[in-house]
Amino acid sequence: MTASLILTLNPAVQYVLRLGDTCLIAGQRLAEWSGRGPVLEEDIALSNMALDLIGQARALLTHAGKLEGAGHDEDQLAFLRDERDFLNPTLVELPRGDFAITVLRNAILATFLKQLWIRLQGSSDSELAGIAGKAVKEARYHQQHAADWVARLGDGTDESRRRMERALRDLWLYVAELFDTDAVDEAAAASGLGPRWSDVQAAWTAEMDQILEGGKLSAPKTGAFRSDGKRGRHSEHMGYILAEMQHLQRSFPGGVW
Amino acid sequence: MNLVAPPEPDTARLEQVWAVLDSVLDPEVPAVSVRDLGIVRDVVATGDGGIEIVLTPTYSGCPATEVIERDVLEAVHAAGLGPARVRLQRAPAWTTDWISEAGRQKMNAYGIAPPGPVLDQGESLVRVIPRLACPRCGSKRTERLSAFGSTACKALYRCIACQEPFEHFKPI
Repeated sequence: MTASLILTLNPAVQYVLRLGDTCLIAGQRLAEWSGRGPVLEEDIALSNMALDLIGQARALLTHAGKLEGAGHDEDQLAFLRDERDFLNPTLVELPRGDFAITVLRNAILATFLKQLWIRLQGSSDSELAGIAGKAVKEARYHQQHAADWVARLGDGTDESRRRMERALRDLWLYVAELFDTDAVDEAAAASGLGPRWSDVQAAWTAEMDQILEGGKLSAPKTGAFRSDGKRGRHSEHMGYILAEMQHLQRSFPGGVW
Repeated sequence: MNLVAPPEPDTARLEQVWAVLDSVLDPEVPAVSVRDLGIVRDVVATGDGGIEIVLTPTYSGCPATEVIERDVLEAVHAAGLGPARVRLQRAPAWTTDWISEAGRQKMNAYGIAPPGPVLDQGESLVRVIPRLACPRCGSKRTERLSAFGSTACKALYRCIACQEPFEHFKPI
């Protein structure tokens, strides 16, 4: 018996795990705001968005488990995989930072996921299409919320603007990873499972420019640095988030509520 | 010779199940039944003497989904209409346009401003937020405090006329 799952990966499983892990880890990070929001309304809003993302992750991980065909369920995939087997882009695992980091990351992510969900509604995989049909409506609300805050903070006080500019500089390093394409994307595009992530780059850029413009901000230039979380090579922050998320299930294997 | 008659499609039983579902309330909005909310998509006989109730979840992460599933089964079994099982159907995705007129009125009487029709706003980033009438005093002098309320399906508003806060069930 091994303590962690041994996965049987193929491109379709990897494609769905990338989506599921993105939602799961982003949801985990947002949930850290529960009880810590700057005002009650935002505490509730961020917790609600975390709940949507974790709900989406549950459906996606369940489906990834079925596609894998090794009998792994959503809980096993969330709690018993090692760091290298998580396929989320590095962007979502970065620490939640201040409120500027949180709302800017939400804007980047909600815009990205919304564009993916729009296209995934036409997936050749009917379960994935069904998940997308539900999630796209949720992502629109998330995007709206984040865009409102980017405008308020970017075009707010000197301090809020300074923080938004810093968040933009720090997070933009991790954006390029969202749009690089590999064999997993090519297989998904060929089978009709879903778009290459790079296929949504133009639509994402157009919407992000509009969101940033609302806060009188503009996108920095992309440098040479490339993160690589979606192929399992994560930042130093990933181990800590998994330690917190998986600790109970690792300490009490098979424990249920 | 087959002495057992094939089972008749028992429409009376199916109608009784629908009637029972009228009394199963949403745990988060306990003024409105699951049928009013439009989350019961179908009730069918399964051919083995059972009943299958097709439910659709409201939001992906709605924690009420599992409670609703349990409440529905308990109510149907308590009414002697079982055996029954629930099937969750994700597509087509639930929309607030499926909430019945009666459900909207009950919601308003309970103090939650019901959703207006889901407007097709394309993917425009500038969303139109229609002005709502306060469910307590009816004034349209209201403002949104937060896009997210006590649950993901609701937003928080306040009435400037009567000064009371209220919730709004968001169109989705």
